[in-house]
Amino acid sequence: MDKNQSRRQVASMKQSLFDQGLLDEQFIQLEGLQDDANPNFVEEIVTLHYRDSSRLISSIEQALKERNPMDFNKLDTLMHQFKGSSSSIGAKKVKAECNLFREYCRAGNAEGCVRSFQQLKKEYVALRKKLEAYFQLARQVGPQETACRSK
Amino acid sequence: MAHEKMRTKLTALVVDDNKLNRKIHEKMLESFGVKSEGVENGREAVDIHCRGHRFDLILMDMDMPVMNGIEATKELRLMGIGSIIVGVSSRCTEAEIRKFMDAGLNDYHEKPFNTAKLSSILDNI
Repeated sequence: MDKNQSRRQVASMKQSLFDQGLLDEQFIQLEGLQDDANPNFVEEIVTLHYRDSSRLISSIEQALKERNPMDFNKLDTLMHQFKGSSSSIGAKKVKAECNLFREYCRAGNAEGCVRSFQQLKKEYVALRKKLEAYFQLARQVGPQETACRSK
Repeated sequence: MAHEKMRTKLTALVVDDNKLNRKIHEKMLESFGVKSEGVENGREAVDIHCRGHRFDLILMDMDMPVMNGIEATKELRLMGIGSIIVGVSSRCTEAEIRKFMDAGLNDYHEKPFNTAKLSSILDNI
């Protein structure tokens, strides 16, 4: 595959992430900060996010096991942090699941929390895999003008 | 660009317990030619000022351990720090924003922070 074809594939892959509602404008903001000194800035940020958020995921899983009673304040606080980190990379769908989880926390709905957390984890893992594939291809193509507006 | 040349003399302090946010905000500031430092909580923000450092702009998160943004803003104002302090938080109820503003902020922006918001802040410094 020649370089131009690869570049088109990278662009198409990225556009697809926006079209599926997985990413929002914040991702574009991060790309806009990439420069010659930090050509992999977005990948660094995303890697940092997944490192930090995996700890939060474990903490939330642990807190969800405490059923008598479930500590909804603790869960809400953890999810607030997780949502903040997800928002920072533009993880749109994950952020929406965070909001749903927090609504269940505020309603004191334990089953709702468990269900929405399962869905959140699915979205979280799915996006992670897609971003890993995207960055892997982007690295092969090399530094380029990647910032572009989503449609 | 001319406005970026003018901004190269500005300094900023990023106060946020989240390393990811500090990294992003510092990179945004760098893109405008603003030299920045980052600290993890309000206590460190106060301490750095006690050591004599001064900044043109302080980006202050609200929820932080040890000392939160509201307490830190109050203390900095009591110390006579006249820097532009901008609250940056994911809290969004009016009551929470009002409480933060009343602590002594010049401005408040909801996270995620972006270059458009930063540009509007820097235009007023």
